[in-house]
Order: sequence, then C-alpha cells, then structure tokens
Amino acid sequence: MNAMNQSEFRQDIAPGETLLAVDNVTLRFGGVKAITDVSFDIRKGEVRAIIGPNGAGKTSMLNVINGFYHPQEGRITYRGQTRSKMRPHVAASQGIARTFQNVALFKGMTTLDNIMVGRTLKMRTPFFWHLFRHGPAMREEIEHRKFVEEIIDFLEIEHIRKVPVGKLPYGLQKRVELGRALAMQPELLLLDEPMAGMNLEEKEDMCRFILDTKDQYGTTIALIEHDMGVVMDLSDRVVVLEYGQKIADGTPDEVKKNQKVIDAYLGVAH
Amino acid sequence: MFYREAGQYKKTYSADMAVFPILQDRIGIGLILATAAIIIPIFGSNFFISTVMIPFLVFSLAAMGLNIVTGYTGLISLGTGAFMGVGAFACYKLTTYFPNVNIIIWILASGVFSAAIGALFGLPSLRIKGFYLAVATLAAQFFLEWCFVRVPWLFNYNASGAIEVPQRTLFGVAITGANATPTTRYLVLLGIVVLMTWVASNILHGRIGRTFMAVRDMDIAAELMGIRLLPAKLTAFAMSSFYCGVAGACMMFLWYGGGEASDAFNINQSFNILFMVIIGGLGSLIGCFFGAALLNIVPIILKFGLPAMGLPLAGATAEHINHLFVGSLIIFFLIVEPHGLARLWQITKQKLRTWPFPY
Repeated sequence: MNAMNQSEFRQDIAPGETLLAVDNVTLRFGGVKAITDVSFDIRKGEVRAIIGPNGAGKTSMLNVINGFYHPQEGRITYRGQTRSKMRPHVAASQGIARTFQNVALFKGMTTLDNIMVGRTLKMRTPFFWHLFRHGPAMREEIEHRKFVEEIIDFLEIEHIRKVPVGKLPYGLQKRVELGRALAMQPELLLLDEPMAGMNLEEKEDMCRFILDTKDQYGTTIALIEHDMGVVMDLSDRVVVLEYGQKIADGTPDEVKKNQKVIDAYLGVAH
Repeated sequence: MFYREAGQYKKTYSADMAVFPILQDRIGIGLILATAAIIIPIFGSNFFISTVMIPFLVFSLAAMGLNIVTGYTGLISLGTGAFMGVGAFACYKLTTYFPNVNIIIWILASGVFSAAIGALFGLPSLRIKGFYLAVATLAAQFFLEWCFVRVPWLFNYNASGAIEVPQRTLFGVAITGANATPTTRYLVLLGIVVLMTWVASNILHGRIGRTFMAVRDMDIAAELMGIRLLPAKLTAFAMSSFYCGVAGACMMFLWYGGGEASDAFNINQSFNILFMVIIGGLGSLIGCFFGAALLNIVPIILKFGLPAMGLPLAGATAEHINHLFVGSLIIFFLIVEPHGLARLWQITKQKLRTWPFPY
C-alpha cells in the first residue's frame, strides 16, 4: 500500500452510500487502450449494470476492480479506501467476489467442494488439526458445511451436490459458480455475463437468484449482461461503455433514451 | 447386490463427510488391513515379503508423495527420486549423530529435511507451469544427485560411497541392519505407510486438499477465492517432498539395507514413480497403491513367475520385456483411461452398486 492509500477502510456503509468509486481509470495493453478515462460509482445495495458492445472494455473493467489488471492511470475507492492496484486475493479478503464469462469452476471437484472453496477465507484452523481431521478442524468443516448447504438450498442444486461439476450442463455450472461466489459472503459481487448461453427458463431462474441474493444477503451487484431485457429489468443504474469510453450513465430509462447508446447498439449512418 | 448404500442414512454432516461413508467400504478396508498386518506376516514367505510387499509399500508411499503435488495440485515434478534421496541421507546423518533416538522417529523426521528442500525447488512453480516446471524440477534431480555422489560428508566419508545402514532396534528387536528379519521390517514399514496414508487422506479431504485441487483446476479462480498461490504451491511441494523423503528413508533403511544412492535415487526412479502415479490415477490416494502394485508386481512375475512355469527367460530378456510392457501400459492408459486404475475401480464400484440391474 503506498502513501496515497492511507485513507480509512470502512466496515460499515449504509445502503445508498457509495461502496465503490472508479475515478478516471485508464488501462492500456501496450499501445491498445482498453479503458480510457472511465469514472463511475457503485452504491451499496444496488444492482449496477455495465453494458456495451463486444470489446467495449466491460470485462477489463471488472478485472481492474478485483485486481487482475492494474490500471496505468486513475484510482479506485472501495469502502472509503483508495488504491491504484491490488492483488486478487486481497480483493477477495475485502469482500469482492466474482463469476466469470466463461465458467471458471474447479472442474475435477464436486459441487459441494467447489462451494466449500468459497469458504476458504473464513477458515482459520491451523495445519496441525488437519493432520487428524478431528477436533477444531472437523468442527470448522461442519460449521461451514451448514452454511454451504444453505446456499445449495437457496440455489436449488441439492440434487447435484456430489456430482463433479465438469459433468454438469452449462446452466447448472453457472449456478454453481454463483453459489461459490456467494459462499464468500461478499459485499460486492461482480457477475460477468451470468446469463450468457442460457435458454429463457434458465435466464429467468438466474434473474430470480440475483434479485433474491440482493434481498436476502444485501449484496451489492455489478452485472455485465448482453440481454437488454434482463439488464433493464434487474438493474437500478446502468453504465454504458463503448470502445473503452463511458458514453452514458443513469437509470435504465435514461440510458434507453440516450442517442449515443442507441447509436452504439444499432449503428449509425456515416 | 451386496455393495449398496441403500438404507444407510446419514444423519449428521460428519457422517456424510466421512472418508468411507459406505459400510461395505469400511469392512473392506478392515479386511485389507487385517490381511496386511496379520495374515501376510504369518503365512507370507520371506521371499514374498521382501521382494513383493516391502517394495510395494515403499513405492506406494513415494507415489503418494508425487500424487500430492502432481495429481492434486497439478504441478509436474520430476525430482521425486532426488527428494527420496534427501530423506534417506537425512535419516542416515541423523541416526549417526544421535544413535540413541529411535530410528522410526528419524525416518519420519527425515521427511522434514526433504520437505524444506522440496519447497525450495518448488519456488519456480509460481512463475512457470507444465513442461517448463518439469524441467525446473529436473534441475533439482540432477543437482541433488550430484550432491549425493560428490559430497562425502553425506555418506560419512565411506570409501564405497554407499550408505551403510546400522543396526537399530525397537523394543529390543532389530528393525534395521543385517539382523532384522523381513517380517519385522515389513511390519514397521506397514505401520508407517498406514499412518501416513491416514494423515494424507485427512489433509486432502479438508480445506488444504481443496486448496490444492482449486489451484490445479483453475488457478485464477482460486486466487479470487482468496487462495494465495505461492503458499499453496509451496505447501504442496513441501508435503509431497515430506512423503517422498520418508519413502526414501524407508527404502534405504527398511528395504535395501544400504547401498549407493546414485543407483537408488536417480532419474529413472523419478520416472518410475511418475508412471505409477499416472497408471494408478492422478489425484487419487488409492491409485497410488494400484500403480505401485502394478508396476512392482509385473516385473516380479516376469522375472520369477515365467521361469517357474517353464518359460525360460534370461535376466536380460525379462528386463527388456518388462520395459516393453510398462511402456505399452502407459500408452494404453493414456488413451483408454487417462484417470488410471483408480477410475476403473470407481467404475467397477458404480457397476457393483447397481448390479444386477443396468442402472
């Protein structure tokens, strides 16, 4: 942490207050500018959608937020703490969880084990007890298993509890991935195209889970999605990116009427 | 029909999380342990115990070590032989300096030295993966092998350059050295292997095992779950080398009874154990035993079994046939069942569960 990041890390943020603010972030890969001078904020308890055409820099934005990419310029303020770069595991320990566009589950492990991995940060028993799998190690394991079972119940995936996730159909894999992120009890949940490649029924299920997550756990959600119907229904506010630049920001209704957004999506005659 | 979990209800999470949740499995393990601990020592001939069972147990332990790092964590290591050697030499030095401490303690403690060396050579694993990591561990193999031959302090300045295993006793019975009978050595080894398998199973079923597998399956996502990759990978290397080190110490003290390290812990040994892990099944503890059994027993059958049946096989021919067989076996498994014998065992269990119905 450099001198700039001395500001206080806040544990409690009231709903409606700014949870995460992105200020003038620019991300370059050599000569390619993936993100140019983008600023927006995410308030606690809201569903914030990030949309834009392919290659607009949406996923790069998420990667910047959870520390995979380090932007060349700009700052990110999370819970009152300003930073310019961060390691992913630190982001995880501060309550940022995420799912991936192309499912990034642990394919050789069962659904249960995958979600249990999400609890890793909450587990504290020293190595010694794990040699015996008794005493504190087992108590901790059971305690977290109870929590994981609640998530399994919440996501309605009881029947695939002990199935290796590599064998599951795509829609269920996406659901397990959401479960794994929820197991971390995140403050901020980043969802990268949670509904890509799903049929209507699966999409509706996923929408229900996202809204329930917000209501039940009070999780703040940043969502990238291409299905405009879903985005407009689910999100409280939308930020629109095109070619790495922010072209619109506001409620779904405002964004829908924005001429630049319409041009970006429908194309414009030159 | 007989192997079925129907009617065995799990009422607690701890019952559901047991390593052997099915009653028949627990009975099976009990029978195997009873056979190994009682029937084999009583009825097994010295020849059977010293040429089949002791090598089998030593190799199982070494394969378990390699499986932790390669099968569970997904990091290829070709330094197994060298890490075994570190264990053997550490045990030798420890027991020469402190002859009064029980040898079993030193055999287990020698793993600590091996773990430290293993973690050191595991450092490159943060940056490099796959074949490149294999090459980096190969460096460990060559460097340590060089040390075993060139650093005379390690073998107490013997003129022969070999480890000379001294006689050590447990409750007044010789368990190492020339006077130890194969049966006592076998029983000591069996105790060590059972203990270490139990511990490995405990670790791999808990948080640490899940961390290893998460790193293996998708390291980016693992990092995002708050798993720090370097400590996770180094733990895997250290734990793996610990097992290899103990296996090496057992090999020298309970099997060979002394010998030249350059023969026992060379690159061939590393590959041999890698083959056991691949054929047995990556990421499976029982696979280690299957792999060790197959690659250990097949040569013995070729060497002693065929001549006994009247097929004359000279020593060299048996050796060549052995190589041919092992080679084709590896190709066969890589094509047909990449998950090895352990997966075949799983499929068999699944079939048994539903038998006589198709599903």
